[in-house]
Amino acid sequence: MSNEDWGLRESYTFDRNTIHEIQRAANTGLYRIRGWGAKRPLPTFDDLVFLGASASRYPLEGYRESCNTAVTLGTRYAKKPIELKIPITIAGMSFGSLSANAKEALGRGASEVGTSTTTGDGGMTQEERGHSSQLVYQYLPSRYGMNPDDLRKADAIEIVVGQGAKPGGGGMLLGQKITERVAEMRNLPEGIDQRSACRHPDWTGPDDLEIKIQELREITAWEKPIYVKVGAARPFYDTTLAVKAGADVVVVDGMQGGTAATQDVFIEHVGIPTLAAVREAVRALQEIDMHRKVQLVVAGGIRSGADVAKALAMGADAVSIGTAALIAIGDNDPEYEDDYRKIGSAAGFYEDFQAGNDPAGITTQDPELAKRLDPVKGGHRLANYLRVLTLEAQTLARANGKSDVRSLEPEDMAALTIEAAAMAGVPLAGTGWIPGQNG
Amino acid sequence: MAANTSFDLEEITVRQANQALQEADAGSFTVANPKGVHALVCGLDAPLEVSIDGHVGYYCAGMNKQAEVNVDGNAGTGLAENMMSGKVHVTGNASQSAAATAHGGLLVIDGNASARCGISLKGADIVVKGNVGHMSAFMAQTGNLVVLGDAGDALGDSIYEVRLYVRGKVASLGADCIEKDMKQEHHDQLRALLDAAGCEGVETSEFKRYGSARKLYSFNVDNVDAY
Ligand SMILES: Cc1cc2nc3c(=O)[nH]c(=O)nc-3n(C[C@H](O)[C@H](O)[C@H](O)COP(=O)(O)O)c2cc1C
Repeated sequence: MSNEDWGLRESYTFDRNTIHEIQRAANTGLYRIRGWGAKRPLPTFDDLVFLGASASRYPLEGYRESCNTAVTLGTRYAKKPIELKIPITIAGMSFGSLSANAKEALGRGASEVGTSTTTGDGGMTQEERGHSSQLVYQYLPSRYGMNPDDLRKADAIEIVVGQGAKPGGGGMLLGQKITERVAEMRNLPEGIDQRSACRHPDWTGPDDLEIKIQELREITAWEKPIYVKVGAARPFYDTTLAVKAGADVVVVDGMQGGTAATQDVFIEHVGIPTLAAVREAVRALQEIDMHRKVQLVVAGGIRSGADVAKALAMGADAVSIGTAALIAIGDNDPEYEDDYRKIGSAAGFYEDFQAGNDPAGITTQDPELAKRLDPVKGGHRLANYLRVLTLEAQTLARANGKSDVRSLEPEDMAALTIEAAAMAGVPLAGTGWIPGQNG
Repeated sequence: MAANTSFDLEEITVRQANQALQEADAGSFTVANPKGVHALVCGLDAPLEVSIDGHVGYYCAGMNKQAEVNVDGNAGTGLAENMMSGKVHVTGNASQSAAATAHGGLLVIDGNASARCGISLKGADIVVKGNVGHMSAFMAQTGNLVVLGDAGDALGDSIYEVRLYVRGKVASLGADCIEKDMKQEHHDQLRALLDAAGCEGVETSEFKRYGSARKLYSFNVDNVDAY
């Protein structure tokens, strides 16, 4: 791999990352814990392309002919569904893993463009409730900070079964991030490592989940949409079971999905890619005739309007973003290059969300670092970014002749790889071939 | 609403009963014919007195605040889960995960409680007059669990600052849970809990106290055998 010296040959099997990890493991005796999501190459939405208009399909005029982006989530049972202006929501990220300023920035940005944001493991803070016009309250195994008043203050409830970065894994907030405020919200001593449970304490399995959903509806007068979030493990069955249990919305988070702190081995080796998960979730909804009746939100590695449009074309109703939203408010900003270097990282590579020393002041509880993030500016940057995603998705929808982004369909796409064709269930470009379906 | 209002679940739905109780700001109520229904009297938030005549299903009195709920019968999974305050009393037995994640208030079970009683407890007090099942007080954070009978396997596994008082035998202690001294403050606290639960004639000297060894509070590779 050396550019200058062809005498040096990097091993494919033992590349520099691999060698470094073996050395690190040998030195510390600990597995690696980090934030971010899977970093290795995976099949993604980039492996799909839109076909665009042609003689048989005519396009819509950009900037002139309207292309709807609004979507309503929770139409199945909730008396008060969530009305979003754009089909891109902000995923659940805990206060504790993120600073209060970061939560505020996410709330401000989402509200500016008419979409929702989500609490996380650790409960609801005033900052995010106050600055989020629509706030989804996560109901997690740890139940940190869980109380009926906040539940009622929320606009929707998301029962977290799992997360794409770690389906089957609990959470971990390392002691350095457990300040007095975080400790108090979680009813735990300050400064100790906090594990978040991997299973719910009072239900196991889909039959119990149905009763749990009933209880949450009873406590909130059947007003609020109930989402069920699953990591992409067995999306066909998980989606079917979530619907059977009474979910209004199913959230499927692929293996690329971000995390605040998880074992690297879990992030990189458990779960299936978002691309594969969407198809399975949509197939489940179609088979039980619940597609569009129960809304599907897809997350995990969404970066651009193209990703948004492709997820919708595959049958999702909306997407949810975590990592990209953090980048938009200032994560990995080159402005802090020197500080990243000081902690052994670099802008563009920083992933140690667990460490609490984030130079950009986002994944930290250190008051001095947290001050670096201006929630108003951060919020505005997020709003800008969400507008770009929306414009891009509209551009692609119009190019395919669609006056609503959700009218995009698998028939509008082709796959660039055989893997993507098989996973997404769209034909390999230039052929009619969908591996596994027609030969 | 007038005092002593009664609801009959053969005549009205759980939703109607819950709604009436959730909207009431005072008074005493009886609920007849519960027949094991789920999510009964959950989400209350007023100083009500509610008596339920019969067995209840899952999540009875879930997230209770202020109310005093009496169940004359047995209770299903997740009794008084995430209770914030008030008091819940069951004359019979309770199934799994009683008072799971409860933040406050008092749960009294006259009979036995099944597995995972007080799991992830976050501040509430529990008094079980019979036995508790395995993995009770698993990952429990703060609060107190008093057991007059025996405790099943892996009591207090991975607990934080919860205090466990057990009168009978403990089948086994879970990871990081150890027996601790009963000091005067513990006798005093236990006495108060026993009195609140109406346990006359039970001496605090009959109990042993268990709590966290605090060895797993920070992840350390030397403890890897315990994980
Ligand atoms: C810093 C951080 C904290 C997170 N905290 C939570 C959480 O508390 N609960 C949860 O369900 N998911 C959590 N997630 C996962 C996100 O909700 C979401 O599923 C994921 O970020 C989506 O993938 P993306 O980051 O590629 O957009 C977190 C992600 C990040 C990056």
